[in-house]
Amino acid sequence: MTATETHASQWHTRDFPEAARDLLQDSQTRKNVQHATNVIQGKRNKVVAELPDWEELRESGAQVKAHVLRHLDHYLTQFEENCTRAGGHVHWAADAAEANRIILGLVQQHEAKEVIKIKTMTSEEIGLNRELEAHGIRPIETDLAELIIQMGKDRPSHFVAPALHVNRAQVRAMFQREMHLPELGEEPEDLATAARIYLREKYLRIKVAISGGNFLIADTGGLCIVESEGNGRMCLTLPDVLISLVGIEKVIPSFEDLEIFLQTLPRSATGERMNPYNSTWCGVHPGDGPKEFHVVLLDNGRSPILADREARQTLQCIRCAACLNACPVYHQTGGHAYESVYAGPIGAILTPQLHSMEEGRSLPYASSLCGACYQVCPVKINIPEVLIHLRGKVVQEDQATLMGKFSLWNIGMQAAAFLFKDASRLAMAERIGRVGQKALVSKNGFIEWMPLMLSGWTQTRDLKAMPEQSFRDWWAKEKAPGAKPADRSDHA
Amino acid sequence: MRVSLFITCYNDALFPQTGKAVVNVLERLGHEIEFRPEQTCCGQMHWNTGYLREAVPIIRHFVKVYQDAETVVIPSSSCVSMMRDHYVKAAEMDGDAKLVADVEALLPRVYEFSEFLVRKLGVEDVGATYPHKVTYHASCHSMRSLHLGDIPIRLLKQVRGLDLQPVQNAQECCGFGGTFSIKNADVSSAMLADKVRMVLNTGAEVCTAVDNSCLMHLYGSLHRQRTFVRTAHIAEILAATAEGAEA
Repeated sequence: MTATETHASQWHTRDFPEAARDLLQDSQTRKNVQHATNVIQGKRNKVVAELPDWEELRESGAQVKAHVLRHLDHYLTQFEENCTRAGGHVHWAADAAEANRIILGLVQQHEAKEVIKIKTMTSEEIGLNRELEAHGIRPIETDLAELIIQMGKDRPSHFVAPALHVNRAQVRAMFQREMHLPELGEEPEDLATAARIYLREKYLRIKVAISGGNFLIADTGGLCIVESEGNGRMCLTLPDVLISLVGIEKVIPSFEDLEIFLQTLPRSATGERMNPYNSTWCGVHPGDGPKEFHVVLLDNGRSPILADREARQTLQCIRCAACLNACPVYHQTGGHAYESVYAGPIGAILTPQLHSMEEGRSLPYASSLCGACYQVCPVKINIPEVLIHLRGKVVQEDQATLMGKFSLWNIGMQAAAFLFKDASRLAMAERIGRVGQKALVSKNGFIEWMPLMLSGWTQTRDLKAMPEQSFRDWWAKEKAPGAKPADRSDHA
Repeated sequence: MRVSLFITCYNDALFPQTGKAVVNVLERLGHEIEFRPEQTCCGQMHWNTGYLREAVPIIRHFVKVYQDAETVVIPSSSCVSMMRDHYVKAAEMDGDAKLVADVEALLPRVYEFSEFLVRKLGVEDVGATYPHKVTYHASCHSMRSLHLGDIPIRLLKQVRGLDLQPVQNAQECCGFGGTFSIKNADVSSAMLADKVRMVLNTGAEVCTAVDNSCLMHLYGSLHRQRTFVRTAHIAEILAATAEGAEA
């Protein structure tokens, strides 16, 4: 089975530049995204600045995660042992298809026709909702943003705030329509009340819940989920059966490690000092919470990433989305341009790797490498470094094909590399360039149009023509030993 | 001090006045400047676009040219960040232990221009006069890779007659990103539009930076929109004197 077949979520259809071009036309979405990211970013900066040991916390988080990734087999089996001992059932899913099969089997075993869900991007990654629906099971999202996405038949654009691209007026209109509430007001309280009434009945009635997980705790076999709305707490405690789908990289060695992440995650994700709801649980307990508890450990393209020394840090991610909120590219396009469950800078490195570089190949280029993502990352993933590493993979793979070898990009880059190996070649190229550019230079001395792949540049920008004398020529003439300066007036 | 100037490929071809200004300022401060004509490029364009193997010979060439230099000064923070952030990695990738060692020996003597003035020479006032309203664009590499902090601002504040106007959202990228501006021209343009709006809001006549790459990008739009705002590398401002010689 190829990577493409295992991922049934039908996300990647267009390259980033193409998808972004459409989204850039959507001024309402752009306004919503810019407003929301500015608000979260502002809150995040404020609460991060409160911590004198923020950099140490980042470093600790990074080290714990890096350690886990080097010993993932050990911590996962330790988790399995302890979780099983506490009464949980641990399942291992190599790919999306297997995870879907396991979860579907469990739901069918309990003859459930409906399931309630806590926001889980991992379930989006494996296309779980469509799989359930195809078998006559109705998944009901209980996270407000996910509910909005589900009702609007939309796609999440941000993995902490999936409906970040939608504004309040748009949500109100949708609720009026879908919940049959023509009189619904537009205050946040009105919308939250409508959702609460709509959902509460479902918590009490539906017997199977599906969640993701923020942390798998190896030394206790427990799980931890942080959330803001309380819907998670309902799903984790009220139903008879709880199924948690978690990526294998989410394991941490011990309960004590939460001390780091429960400080860095909420501050990075929502700009809160602490999440309003922090749920940790371990196995099953008679008379308290679910009677049956399953964990599905998902690989789905993760273990090959472990083998790549440069890119392994990608799996340190704790899904706070701070990099999305800080990213100037994300600010412009929002998440849908990435055509991936995981958008933004982390999505740009995670998505192509999860698909063995067969999909999302344009994503490593969807960054100006400004470094804002790395600066805010609470586990210090050097995203620009990984982006470049993945660009290297894309280039190498392209160069192995005839089309790639003879592409304008490759030819141009090879030519430039040839020039940069020897200054006399470069100086010659500069002289040729000064003559050659004449065809492009307008009367005002600027290049206002360039051909082929350079045309995008001159859509919105002029380029100053190369001046008559390069610096090296000036130096040779004026400053070099033996030079006879003709005119020193330009060099006071 | 004997200072070796690495002009960088694009400054050599497109912004020779920046190199002249660097020479001017450093000579004024009493240093001896040399220019090694064998120099070419730092390899950043290739490396950042994913042509990693192609970047290695360029890096090797740089190291060969400057290996025995006392101090190398570069009027481009992005080229310096290329060296500090990626040279060792590139040499390791190539499996060339000698290159790794040579890079590690050379890099401590390599400085970005404004960093050299303030951190190495301890100079903030270079005796410049520039009676213009100026705003400073903090390039991403200068902030997040070289951590220049307020170094360029401190230099500008000492310039006679200069009226420094702060820009909003200073930490946000102008959208250049080298080949990013070609591969993702539309997104890059949108980022640039935001940045240009912020620059225009300052009311400055001149926008400066420690990187001509960002300035080329910004000026591309400022000129297309027929604004009267000019761009000038910080070295050109620091080279300007009361006698009216703006290098």
